Amino acid sequence: MANGLTMYEKLWQNHLVEDKAGETPLLYVDRHLIHEVTSPQAFANLRFQNRPVRHPERTIATMDHNISTRSIEINAAGEGAANQLRALEKNCKEFGIKLFGMGHKNQGIVHVMGPELGLTLPGTIIVCGDSHTATHGAFGALAFGIGTSEVEHVFATQTLRQNKAKTMKIEVKGQVGAGISAKDIVLAIIGKTGSAGATGYVVEYCGEAIEALSMEERMTVCNMSIEFGAKAGLIAPDKTTFDYVEGKEYAPKGEVFAQAVADWKQLKSDDDAVFDSVITLEAKDIKAQVTWGTTPGQVISIDGVVPAPEDFSDPIEKESCVNALKYMDLTAGTKITDISVNKVFIGSCTNSRIEDLRAAANVVEKFVAKGHQVVSTVDAIIVPGSYRVKEQAEDEGLDQIFMDAGFEWRLPGCSMCLGMNDDVLGEGDRCASTSNRNFEGRQGRGSRTHLVSPEMAAAAALTGHFVDLNA
Amino acid sequence: MEKFNKHTGLVAPLDIANVDTDQIIPKQFLQKTERVGFGVHLFHDSRYLDSAGKKPNPEFVLNKPQYQGASILLARENFGCGSSREHAPWALEEFGFKVIIAPSFADIFYGNCINIGLLPIKLSENEIEQLFQKSAQGDLTLDIDLPNNTVSCGELSFSFSLSKFQQYSLEEGVDSVGWTLNKLDIIEAFEAKMPAWQ
Repeated sequence: MANGLTMYEKLWQNHLVEDKAGETPLLYVDRHLIHEVTSPQAFANLRFQNRPVRHPERTIATMDHNISTRSIEINAAGEGAANQLRALEKNCKEFGIKLFGMGHKNQGIVHVMGPELGLTLPGTIIVCGDSHTATHGAFGALAFGIGTSEVEHVFATQTLRQNKAKTMKIEVKGQVGAGISAKDIVLAIIGKTGSAGATGYVVEYCGEAIEALSMEERMTVCNMSIEFGAKAGLIAPDKTTFDYVEGKEYAPKGEVFAQAVADWKQLKSDDDAVFDSVITLEAKDIKAQVTWGTTPGQVISIDGVVPAPEDFSDPIEKESCVNALKYMDLTAGTKITDISVNKVFIGSCTNSRIEDLRAAANVVEKFVAKGHQVVSTVDAIIVPGSYRVKEQAEDEGLDQIFMDAGFEWRLPGCSMCLGMNDDVLGEGDRCASTSNRNFEGRQGRGSRTHLVSPEMAAAAALTGHFVDLNA
Repeated sequence: MEKFNKHTGLVAPLDIANVDTDQIIPKQFLQKTERVGFGVHLFHDSRYLDSAGKKPNPEFVLNKPQYQGASILLARENFGCGSSREHAPWALEEFGFKVIIAPSFADIFYGNCINIGLLPIKLSENEIEQLFQKSAQGDLTLDIDLPNNTVSCGELSFSFSLSKFQQYSLEEGVDSVGWTLNKLDIIEAFEAKMPAWQ
């Protein structure tokens, strides 16, 4: 008898428009999210070819990548950014696409906006010209980043050609200890697999520790799937998922919602499904994580020390360690808790949702009670993921907790995660960042990034270095 | 898209693993609405000593005299990881590269290359190592034969594979959007059967 199907295989079958010999399979795309940076050339080519957007109602646009976090003025982030933002306005108008532009109540980082508006639904295929589209996999949607040529293909046809990926199951058994965040879980996974450990795979996260996560936490985990090479990350939709989606602005309502939930319950991998690869972690072994190098896989526990090249047997990893230590200006053997930072960034599609800000504020309050403020040598900014998150945080008084402690409270956007606006690190700056990439130059030429959880970033702002909050 | 058949060109060896698309084209150069103007910024932070891009870094491989005019980039594992920006293959292509050879590529980058007619070739670690060694001994020119799926130089010859449709698309310079638009009836039939919530 044939084996059961994995969730990925079910999503694949449900979206397979055509699988013809000699051609790459054609999949249906339910939802297309776009932003200002990776869409203009796709629109230009449509115009050149005189082709319409086939289903404009299935595409939603927002402005996030290069906007200012100090002003809602379109010109505030410089001429290049303003040109792209205006081009997006013009293109959306011409092709009939809904746009949440500057200052709109629904504007936000594309991967924060989609879920909170109910645009992200289980059982769908969601694409966006951004590699962190994997975030939406937290809902049991097959979601992945695409290039601009593919953006154009989706515009014109509402489909995409994709070769089938292999399947990987990552099971996190048991429960994580107190104070261990979703960010720590995913960084620990990447530390185990390496930065390309899942290239060619779609990953499904499961196990007790994953099931226990809220939707915000699941999004943090799936968001970083691309950081170890996975095409997409998936988590089986369950009651947590359905409760989150129900009532959201664009989510189905009434009987249609009930039918949807019935369908979504069928998505989880069958008990006898076979994965091409299986990785298992014990949740209790996961400690708070800090990256020390220039790929997300170069990560270690907070109670560890900066590794030495000799710690690696693989010659390429050894060489990468040498290069990373040089770029990061770190000495092997240094305790992670002895690393000082002068910048702190809390934000990005990985960690800018309401729960992230609550977690950071909670740490801030504890340290403030002990007499701490943001250290005078540290600049710390907090960038909420969307206007909805910002409003929620302000309703809860989180902005005041942050500002009273010496943090800057900014407007939503991608901000310092990639530094396309003026939120850029300087040469030699060392940043505790809740974002997803610690690549050389990512946050600014010659700058050094340590990826951490919102809790760890907050603690670093208040002490000037990394802290073992469980010690 | 231009058709790709055979190509002979000089190899530039980039001996670094995990080269990400931020390195290939840093974010400050993504603020264009056109598809051109990226080649000059390729590998900006390693290629130039200054932020303005006026002072070439003589140590960087693409600035060395012996690699001027290179059209084949030899790279290490996980090339093109990170951001989905198609600007990365655009920059490589505009700089003059026709072929990238590596033991492994990040998935999105690999697809983006195919979609613009830049040929990504996967060879084994061992074959890649041989090419790096050969390149270190002096100028290495390779013959790339897409129809026969070979990379060769004198007696050395390695074979590679692409999926059938990717191979066809590159050889014929297929307009992939036009190709799919010819199947609108199939897509419409699919849509007619979708559940209401979808």
